[in-house]
Amino acid sequence: MKSTFYFLLFTFLITSCATPATSVAPQTITVLTHDSFAIGEETIKAFEADNNAKVVFLQSGDAGAVLNQAILTKDAPLADILFGVDNTFLSRALDADIFETYQSPMLTEIADEFKLDSSNRALPVDYGDVCINYDKNYFAEKDLVVPQSFEDLAKPEYKDLLVVENPATSSPGLAFLLATRAHFGDDYLTYWKSLKANGAVVVDGWETAYYTNFSASSGKGDQPMVVSYASSPAAEVFFASPPPAESPTASIVAKDMCFRQIEFVGILKNTQNKLLAQKFVDFMLSQKFQEDMPLNMFVYPTNKNAKLPDVFVKFAQIPENPAALSYSEIATNRDTWIEAWTQAMK
Amino acid sequence: MQNKNLNHGGTETRRKSILRASVSPWFFRVLLWLAPILFLLSFFFLPLSRIMILAFNTSAFTKTNFQLILSTLSFTFYQATLSTILTFVLGLPSAVLFSRFNFRGKPLLRALTAVPFMLPTVVVASSFNALFGNHGLFSFLFPLSPEFTTSKTFYFLLILLAHIFYNTTIVIRIVGNALSRFDPKLEAAARSLGADTFHVWKNITLPLLRPSLLAAALLVFMFDFTSFGVILLLGGSNFSTLEVEIYLRVLKLPNLPLAALLSIVQLIFTLIFSILYTRTINQITTQTAPRFSISKPPKSFRERTFVFTVYCLLFTFFLLPLLSLPIRSFTRLEADRGQRGEVQYGFTTDYYKELFINRRGSLFYVPPIQAAANSLGYASLTVLLSLALGYPAAYALAKPTRLEKFLDPLIMLPLGASAVMLGLGFIISFGRSLASPWFVPIAHTLVALPFVIRTLQPALASIPERLRQAASTLGASPFRVWQTVDFPILSRATLSAATFAFTVSLGEFGATLLLTRPEYPTIPIAIQRFLSQPGGLNFGQAMAMATLLMLLTTLAILIIEKLRLPNSGEF
Repeated sequence: MKSTFYFLLFTFLITSCATPATSVAPQTITVLTHDSFAIGEETIKAFEADNNAKVVFLQSGDAGAVLNQAILTKDAPLADILFGVDNTFLSRALDADIFETYQSPMLTEIADEFKLDSSNRALPVDYGDVCINYDKNYFAEKDLVVPQSFEDLAKPEYKDLLVVENPATSSPGLAFLLATRAHFGDDYLTYWKSLKANGAVVVDGWETAYYTNFSASSGKGDQPMVVSYASSPAAEVFFASPPPAESPTASIVAKDMCFRQIEFVGILKNTQNKLLAQKFVDFMLSQKFQEDMPLNMFVYPTNKNAKLPDVFVKFAQIPENPAALSYSEIATNRDTWIEAWTQAMK
Repeated sequence: MQNKNLNHGGTETRRKSILRASVSPWFFRVLLWLAPILFLLSFFFLPLSRIMILAFNTSAFTKTNFQLILSTLSFTFYQATLSTILTFVLGLPSAVLFSRFNFRGKPLLRALTAVPFMLPTVVVASSFNALFGNHGLFSFLFPLSPEFTTSKTFYFLLILLAHIFYNTTIVIRIVGNALSRFDPKLEAAARSLGADTFHVWKNITLPLLRPSLLAAALLVFMFDFTSFGVILLLGGSNFSTLEVEIYLRVLKLPNLPLAALLSIVQLIFTLIFSILYTRTINQITTQTAPRFSISKPPKSFRERTFVFTVYCLLFTFFLLPLLSLPIRSFTRLEADRGQRGEVQYGFTTDYYKELFINRRGSLFYVPPIQAAANSLGYASLTVLLSLALGYPAAYALAKPTRLEKFLDPLIMLPLGASAVMLGLGFIISFGRSLASPWFVPIAHTLVALPFVIRTLQPALASIPERLRQAASTLGASPFRVWQTVDFPILSRATLSAATFAFTVSLGEFGATLLLTRPEYPTIPIAIQRFLSQPGGLNFGQAMAMATLLMLLTTLAILIIEKLRLPNSGEF
């Protein structure tokens, strides 16, 4: 017994002495992000190996929750990097001044249309379009023409066919509200009242809308149209067994009907790891990370050189004319618009 | 020899009781309270007051805000009262069923009633839809007009149903536990004096049950009062409770001063309910003796009818919605041949196989075994921690002094605090260390502790002092007193308390308080991840994971309830 104990103690001492001698302890970098963030293991391993670093991810609710926490802990940040602020929240992040400026060399590879922050505190990493998805079978069977404008959706032939998310609780819901606001201007509430009169169903979030209400998902709900993402039809093919030749859903990408969400990364002020944080931001904008993103998060890369996976090329559509609304206009008005919408839809 | 031993034991006890008398009772009380109070101070009162100080601002005192608070409060109150009453309508007969009668499949059915408590709300909403939606079983049996199924009344009914679905287990466990502790001689005596069932219940059973009824009512009411996920997911964005409104004002339409004001209103009402409860419960002390099982198979026609009716009700309410999960986890929708209205279904085990494959090589992939192990590990720690903290507190509360009368209502406050607000408090109080996996059982214990204390306290209070005294007089050592008197009565309550703590933890209550580390995922987190992306495989895997969670928890509850220690009688 005793000898075993000494043996274990000896082994312990040997290993604990040996470890630091053979390698320098890796530096840890912490990334604060939302619950929907995902990336490949190999990708992160590659960064860790190249930089003798350990990447720790912290997830804490949705994009809004994470931004709130970052703002509250500005003086003693929870992490070195914050990823996941989108263009509907961008102003709040910039006004709260939580990010360091970083002129990343990788920015040359990023398409200009996504660089909303000229001060380069928030750097664009990915984008995705919020569009209406429809159940192809339903429209084929009923010989119904797929609506091609917001005005169409309020017509009697599309009564009771649409489910949308509450903009007060859901980010695609807010995106859709913003698209209608961009299209109708101050008359957007009149439009929403006509949508309501036409039987549009409002639910709290994307999960409920897609999996409980939408008829083409496995939840087999009642509405053949749902507010989702332009990449969702590709996901329906990718996450099917066996993979079908065609997606059961498609997006309505008509002019003005989609809203583009762009997600940003920023280095948090007061970080102790500025250099490594900068390296990680470069890495997030690099081809390797950007090409790994689409299948993990079903978003599009902002890097011009990044190649898209096959399912994206075949099954996801990119709207040519998404709704246009500046991020500062969104920032000034978002709360007022949501409150007014809530009152109007009561 | 034996005589000598007894004598020795006697002097020992006397010496101990002298010793106890010389130690100030105050000191003893403080000792009991030390750990629970320290825990609540550091993990509840401190973070909450920090965020309140930061957020509170008199700028929130506007007329519109007060109108909002008033209308939200009245709806919150209304739905909670209605839900609590309805929960008792189903829960009380069920408590009688489980404590008085033996029937086939009893342990399984009882375990199943606790399963909803830990299912994520998204999953419950989905299974409700499978049952009550337009393609559901219910609409097949009782066709409802689409006007009705999209009306506010329908959404409100769904909310009530979900509250019953979630909380009936509280009534079954707390009231049923008291019922099975009951001295059947009391009822028999009343009957032999000519009282009928109604009068026995009115004059004997109900008065004796009052402490447990009140404890269960308080917990159910608090859960309905602070209801959040159910209101959001099933309410079709038509309704909001205080908790929903706080969530909106913290995260979606940021207005921290208003959120703080709403939180204060919610806390004040929690405090009022708890004080009312403490006042009422202190007027009554029911004393019961340890009993062996009094449950028996139903004999008379009336008993059989009762058992059959309640059984059927429970079956419909719990089994049918729960069954939709395993069914969906094995079902493939044949999309190509799918015709609306006559969807083709196929059998598949793909979803389960897929759970074990990290197809995209994702860093965030959750192996199901690991998720299950993490969930069980956290749940076990929560049980240990909440029992360790709950026991001394319940012990002190069972014989209340002025100190306890003051502390008692505070125990319930964690249930009435908004999770989102407290979460912010955690962030500013603990910062990066919040990412430590040790915070998970701590956050779960915060929610479990009121349950544990409220379950143990009536049981501890019901132990007649004269039994302990009699045992001591007969020469039993303090340990022997505890073993023969306290323990048989407590073991049932302890098992109930442990089950609550366990289910609270598996259900990820208080998850919003934490920073999630992807390295330590739990089953609910895995389910949430699947449901956050489109695609049949994702939905199927979420259902498969939920089925695993259901199986695991049913098994765990069955095992907890089977843990029969010597002398504990049948639970």
